[in-house]
Amino acid sequence: MDEKLKVELGKQGIFTTTLQELYNWGRRNSLWPLNFGLACCAIEMIATTMARYDLARFGAEVFRPSPRQADLMIVAGTITKKMAPQVVRLYNQMAEPKYVISMGACAISGGPFKQGYNVLKGIDRYIPVDVHIPGCPPRPEALIDAFITLQKQIDEQQLTGVGRPRHLDPDAPSEFIVPQFGPHDLEPPQNPDVWRPPLVNISLAGKNESGND
Amino acid sequence: MSATTAATAHFTPKPSTDGGEGQLLEVSMGPQHPSTHGVFRMDVALDGERVVKLKPVFGYLHRNHEKIAETETYLGSMPYTDRLDYLCSITNNWAYALAVEKLAGIQVPERAEYLRVITGELTRLQNHTSVIGFLLQDMGASGTPLMYAFREREKVLDLFESLTGSRMMCNYMRFGGCRADMPAGWLQQAQKVVEAFPRFLDEFERLLSGNEILMARTQGVGVLSKELAVDAGITGPMLRGSGVNYDIRKVDKYGIYERFSFKVPLGEHGDVYDRYMVRLLEMRESVKILQQAMRDVPPGPIMDAKTKLRGFRPKAGEAYGRIESPKGELGFYLISDGSPNPYRYRVRPPSLVNLTVLEDMCLGQNVADIVVILGSIDFILGEVDR
Amino acid sequence: MNLETIKSEIEANVPGCRLEIVPNNSPSGQHSLLIDSETALTVARFLRDAAHLRFDYCSNVTGIDWPGKEISEKVKIKKILDGVEQEVEEIQKTQSAGHLEAVYHLYSMEKKHGPVILRMRTEDRADRIHLPSLTPIWRSAEFQEREIFDLYGIVFDGHPDLRRILMWDGFEDHPMRRDYVEPDDYEYEPTPHDAVLQKAKQHLSETGGR
Repeated sequence: MDEKLKVELGKQGIFTTTLQELYNWGRRNSLWPLNFGLACCAIEMIATTMARYDLARFGAEVFRPSPRQADLMIVAGTITKKMAPQVVRLYNQMAEPKYVISMGACAISGGPFKQGYNVLKGIDRYIPVDVHIPGCPPRPEALIDAFITLQKQIDEQQLTGVGRPRHLDPDAPSEFIVPQFGPHDLEPPQNPDVWRPPLVNISLAGKNESGND
Repeated sequence: MSATTAATAHFTPKPSTDGGEGQLLEVSMGPQHPSTHGVFRMDVALDGERVVKLKPVFGYLHRNHEKIAETETYLGSMPYTDRLDYLCSITNNWAYALAVEKLAGIQVPERAEYLRVITGELTRLQNHTSVIGFLLQDMGASGTPLMYAFREREKVLDLFESLTGSRMMCNYMRFGGCRADMPAGWLQQAQKVVEAFPRFLDEFERLLSGNEILMARTQGVGVLSKELAVDAGITGPMLRGSGVNYDIRKVDKYGIYERFSFKVPLGEHGDVYDRYMVRLLEMRESVKILQQAMRDVPPGPIMDAKTKLRGFRPKAGEAYGRIESPKGELGFYLISDGSPNPYRYRVRPPSLVNLTVLEDMCLGQNVADIVVILGSIDFILGEVDR
Repeated sequence: MNLETIKSEIEANVPGCRLEIVPNNSPSGQHSLLIDSETALTVARFLRDAAHLRFDYCSNVTGIDWPGKEISEKVKIKKILDGVEQEVEEIQKTQSAGHLEAVYHLYSMEKKHGPVILRMRTEDRADRIHLPSLTPIWRSAEFQEREIFDLYGIVFDGHPDLRRILMWDGFEDHPMRRDYVEPDDYEYEPTPHDAVLQKAKQHLSETGGR
């Protein structure tokens, strides 16, 4: 519909919309996060919901303790290998449509703890992530920014066609492999359907390339 | 008709196949559960509502702090200590700095000692308010007390941010002093916050301390005896809630704590209410310390001039340094072999040791009290699992 | 309180104990007391119960790994060189077994003194890794000894509930040991250098560039 006509009709008290806009508007403004904190970032997540930053302004103040009632998982903190299966399981238990915000350096890549033997180097090895926010921990404003980014992403989604959201595509997976505890590491160490190691350009020929010797 | 019978049949509990009465219900609480304590799990066995067995399961936030620190330089570990007990990064810095200072025999300048006391006690204020807020949140007082607590916490965090550049992960102290001096006007701002704090405490107490529901849920719940508390190495407000007079600020007199006059509040019954009360009273004492420290803070350098932070190599040897962190005794045990990184780096976590008696306190209580008792222990998973 | 006096008092009260003061050369001056595993429980009980000592509070319990060192010795060996018997100096290398150590920091809540530091050593790092648990004396050692069992692999005899505490149950390694090799799941940095570059290279050569 012509944008000008729409505005004109609006002035006359007639509201026109498309099903897609209405549907996206509904999803966008009632993101219910899972009440789920892992580490330091969770404290900033709580601070975001408190009076000063007031996440309720964006329609996301209802933190649900049960994954069945939530549509947004904020992965707030370091995911250890012992915790990773539970995170994936919680994600699998959430009903579609569902989104993931990976909050903080640890959830993105392991952050400062990425050398650790028990630290998962980023939750995107097992589940798809919609928005990453850097920071250690990200400030509450950054989390709000991630919310707005996610809302914009939802707003721009086409309900039909190739780029349609996962929950409208019967072929797209909604559940992902839950890793198992192995004798030395998680098995598998990553889900190849979701994540593959980044390609790096390192020549193996040279010997002393590290620059310190 | 048939529909209603079907529905009734659906809701009738099935008679238990093996024995019926006296059967225990095994519940795994966590690692994801609605209380505000992160990824902590308990395997609980219930007889009806009563807890008959409780085994905590740790490790869901074990992020290898000690292993990483053994490959880092002494200075490089300082930001990692922030992330131990992430509500109180400054006291963590302090404990680590103190241990390194003992290891290398470093003297801290006067002004830096005052800055440490000021920031450390501010940390205690914001920790204790948040903890009481979380305790009430867990009890079901959803929202209000925690919002009040976080309102005050934000004021302290603003002070931290203008002093150190970060709200939570302050990375403020160095062995031999502090990283940054107070910016202009900071002390006045801090004084304002501290002067207003008792008013907030009065308001908080009016709201909570005499509240009938709070008293019913906390008094006589989770009782910890004096003897058990000492035996299990409980420290901090939890130990003092059981009536043992042991405050490392008084015992070790680390830093300059012997210059300030303050009392050590003690509980009588060792229940959740006493722990709550001890924290409230401790905040009032902290305000007293802060007022004295802010009045007396001298001018001068904030770093020991002889200490080299980069390329720091202490002599071979070992040291154990400990402070009274808001959670209890936080200690760092360091072994140096003369190289730039510690040979052994150990954190003595008050939160982990304080959880030793969790089962003893929960046995015989109702399942709903577990969360209340947990809230009164005041533990942070980053420190429990490290 | 002087560690020498404490040592002589323990020796007077616990027959058959072998004690040794481990000196500490750092400015902290916190010397420690090496106790043998046979009489460890009696020594610990004495320290806790003796009226003027009363070390009723065991604060910190931790493990340390001391891997075996290569010891080089110069040995004179008779050898036939060029048809003549000669005495030749050769360097003989032997590997010492190394040991694991458990350290206990004791304080007194009643007398408000401390610390007294106790150490116990295992015989080696492979199979003779048993030490007596001090949890029956100080309950605060319960979780910390479990942690040492998990991360270092010291087996504490007499511990009420010795299981892994931080890692999962099926985990097989002891990650805080110095020779632990962590699983190869390092994520590469775009501009790797030093140790990160070495790791990336090793990974790439093992997996063939994937």
